[in-house]
Amino acid sequence: MTDTAEEFVSKLEIEFDDFEPGTITPETKYREMEEWSSMHALIVIAFINAEYNVTLNGEDLRNTETLLDIYNITKSKLN
Amino acid sequence: MALFTVSGIRIAGMAACVPLQKLANIDYEWINERERKMFIKTVGISERRVAPPEHTTSDWCFASAQKLIDQLGWQPADIGLIVFVSQSPDYFVPATCMTLHKRLGLPQTTMAFDINLGCSGWVYAMSVVSSLMKSCGINKALVMAGDKSTMSMSYKDKSTYPLFGDGGTATALCLDPNAAPMVFNMQSDGNRHQAIIIPHGATRTPVNETTYQELEYAPGVIRHQRHLALDGMAVFNFSINEVPINIKETAEAAGKQLNDYDFVVLHQANKLMTEQIRRKLSLSVEQVPYSIGEFGNTSSASIPLTIVYKARQAVSTGKPWLLMSGFGVGLSWATLSAQFDHIVCPELIEM
Repeated sequence: MTDTAEEFVSKLEIEFDDFEPGTITPETKYREMEEWSSMHALIVIAFINAEYNVTLNGEDLRNTETLLDIYNITKSKLN
Repeated sequence: MALFTVSGIRIAGMAACVPLQKLANIDYEWINERERKMFIKTVGISERRVAPPEHTTSDWCFASAQKLIDQLGWQPADIGLIVFVSQSPDYFVPATCMTLHKRLGLPQTTMAFDINLGCSGWVYAMSVVSSLMKSCGINKALVMAGDKSTMSMSYKDKSTYPLFGDGGTATALCLDPNAAPMVFNMQSDGNRHQAIIIPHGATRTPVNETTYQELEYAPGVIRHQRHLALDGMAVFNFSINEVPINIKETAEAAGKQLNDYDFVVLHQANKLMTEQIRRKLSLSVEQVPYSIGEFGNTSSASIPLTIVYKARQAVSTGKPWLLMSGFGVGLSWATLSAQFDHIVCPELIEM
């Protein structure tokens, strides 16, 4: 994938649509965000499926802590 | 491969019935207001219809079937086959089709049975009923589909409680040599039978001393073993990956392009999920009607309910082509391609 981690996160931010711009970065530990909900996890899965044609399952997500981890696991599944 | 065509069967009518009582998800106080708003925006469910204890799925199916029979001018004696598809029967024993057989005043010459399926159930029942009609020469038949899902939800489980609504429907079919062929594409995956499950209360695990112990599975997810458990992420991935393929195969087998269809009616489970399917198939917003906002996930009622609620004028005054896809519990998924030709379609019934 050609997107950098920063581009990946800024696209995600558009998908979420409920965070102030710039609130999330690759280093964000997303589960620690007050606003985070299971709906955000579904939005992540839907976005990655549509944008990169990669399917992340529940276990993939459980193994991540930051948005960078999600970016990396997505990238690894592309290859 | 269960991809097949049934010709000579026409959809003569369709009716749907929902409970009067509305529950608004903005009032679901188990989760905070921000999460409620996020749920409504993302999953697309503002309110749902919830049954009082004394009403069952068969009551809504009966009301739908009775109105349909009256408006079609059918005689009970003409109906050779009825099928009730649901996962919320009146009783364990006997099959619920029998209470409907009695209430509709049908003769002893009518064939009647139940099918135990949920989200895919209406398409499954349509395939079984149309095939039987064709092979056995049965002139008139009814598919009655729906669920009283709300009684199996835990209020303290945010992953299920705000999703489901109650309702029942009836679809009338008749033999007609001039009817356009129906194409069915039926699939199953029993390996994933635990993705949506009520674990206790039937014969595998009868009710025991642990059944009604509430357990916390995640923050905001508390339920017991007679409640419905839903692995939302697994079902989400299944739906966005498998369903578009099944839908494409169905259109192809029907010799059509997806944009030839006036409506593509998707099972109403989660708007984020169905919008993903819509975009993957490059379908227009106008092609994909929704009832989820006002009724939630109504299980096997969702496809006919959506047609009655959103496409009633088109199916009763014209000859539109519809592609209809049900997917979920089982896992089970199925798509039907059919033409609706001036069907009898009464307004939504509320009771």
